[in-house]
Amino acid sequence: MSLADLTIVEAGRRLEAGEITSVDLTEAVLERATMTEAQLHCYLTIDRDGALESAAASDERRSQGRALGPLDGIPVALKDNMCTRGVETTAASQILAGWVPPYDAHVVERLREAGAVLVGKTNLDEFAMGSSTENSAYGPTRNPWDTDRVPGGSSGGSAAAVAAGSALGSLGSDTGGSIRQPAALCGVVGVKPTYGRVSRYGLIAFASSLDQIGPLARSVDDARLLLETIWGHDPRDATSYPGEYPSLAAALDRGVGGMRIGVVEEFGGEGYEKAVEAAVSATIERLAGAGAEIVEVSIPTAQVALSAYYLIAPAEASANLARFDGVRYGNRVPGDTTEEMMARTRAAGFGPEVKRRILLGTYALSAGYYDAFYGKAQQVRTRLIQEFRAAYETADVLISPTSPTVAFELGARVDDPLSMYLSDVCTLPVNLTGDPAISVPVGTDDAGLPIGLQVMAPALGEEQMFCVAAEVERLAAFDARPPLGDAS
Amino acid sequence: MPVDIDIAHVARLARLALDDSELEIYRRQLSQILEHAAKVQSVATDDTAPTAHPLGLTNSFRSDVVQPSLDRDEVLSQAPESQDGYFVVPPALEVDG
Repeated sequence: MSLADLTIVEAGRRLEAGEITSVDLTEAVLERATMTEAQLHCYLTIDRDGALESAAASDERRSQGRALGPLDGIPVALKDNMCTRGVETTAASQILAGWVPPYDAHVVERLREAGAVLVGKTNLDEFAMGSSTENSAYGPTRNPWDTDRVPGGSSGGSAAAVAAGSALGSLGSDTGGSIRQPAALCGVVGVKPTYGRVSRYGLIAFASSLDQIGPLARSVDDARLLLETIWGHDPRDATSYPGEYPSLAAALDRGVGGMRIGVVEEFGGEGYEKAVEAAVSATIERLAGAGAEIVEVSIPTAQVALSAYYLIAPAEASANLARFDGVRYGNRVPGDTTEEMMARTRAAGFGPEVKRRILLGTYALSAGYYDAFYGKAQQVRTRLIQEFRAAYETADVLISPTSPTVAFELGARVDDPLSMYLSDVCTLPVNLTGDPAISVPVGTDDAGLPIGLQVMAPALGEEQMFCVAAEVERLAAFDARPPLGDAS
Repeated sequence: MPVDIDIAHVARLARLALDDSELEIYRRQLSQILEHAAKVQSVATDDTAPTAHPLGLTNSFRSDVVQPSLDRDEVLSQAPESQDGYFVVPPALEVDG
């Protein structure tokens, strides 16, 4: 097995024991990227020199007994909508081609302070708008399990890189499922923390009341380690949560004995693949066998969550993306007046999905329609929060499939925006409520494509979420690897 | 119920210079998406307040302490056009004569 296939925890153990160096580990990861990138295209930028420099510096620290902690020397990847000082950041859009940020995002600062080796910037749907990574202006990422299929999205590059071994872990952003859905489709773990737990400072904004940064990794414990590194209060993000941030490690070994696990009635049935439902049912039975009490819950408003989401997210996006106007950064198309320059710049710089959502959001916020669409959607959001809260009176966590289907083929949903949007039907409700959720791989379908199970918890309930996720991971014993991993 | 959209007006508000065939494609797609999105109107919400922040945080201020700013030259180096420490844009106001 190549070092590139180690979990973060195991790699950290070997670094600590002096069995390997960070340069060994980083070279193994870069070598894997060299082998797979032409086919997978996980990365938009690989910072080979910067990564090897960081790795050497990590080894130097360690040799002097000054290692910074469990992530010191570990190669990780960042979705390319997180600002990295001195390294091009594009959000997979033409409008930002060549842009080099003058500052680091909060999460990037945190990773650097922890000694992590930043391998590069991963591909995404332009401005994180999409569920397949096909909306990237720089070409799609492919799924390491089957290169005719999408990796999911929008954090498709971050998920595929972790699955393929071109990073040991990565960060993504999740606005409607953009960490969890690609994690499920690529057979890795993905976490959307409680809204406000991870600072959005330096994350290129899509929908500010929904966006949340989180980790993707090969194990629940690795994801826990990354999350504990990046979360915490940051005064530069006015929505950052100022309260307590508990240590999560102990929760992973607690087991589910006596816990109440709710199965959401609305997340199943028509449109759900049989293999997905079967894998989830099998896990539920095993959880019951491990001592959990299984209860049925109903969240009726979940059925209109998609509608509310596709009003709120585009509305916020239309406001956030107004800043890309050819004035302060990015590319410009000349015009005789400022307005003409802006309108031409935006028409040339944004791709079709981004334009579609900007137009949708602009319409939903425009005079005469605000109350009927955006205002109403924000009220539906409150209803959804109330229903989730009621469900958490009878259950400690809720579980569901992460995605109704396994990875679909490239091109299958591109021309039908609504069918693409339906990819997120299980994941987006908790973006509206702000609650945390995690996707854990639990099996494969007959074709060997991974299936993810989602564990949702009440706001600030990361401890019980990780407790159940760790048990799901033990019970599922998912150890399949994508075929590309075998080639090395 | 199909939603009728003045797409040229919306595109102008959004500062997107689109040609007629693009406008027609987006008009059709938006109409379809909005028809689905209009399902929110089926939920009774008369006595329900809208949600902005899921945890209900309001008025989060940082302490009023001077912090270093971004380096001006580094910022301007990324602008399409700049001069004497300013961003440069084409004329924003119409001038008669």
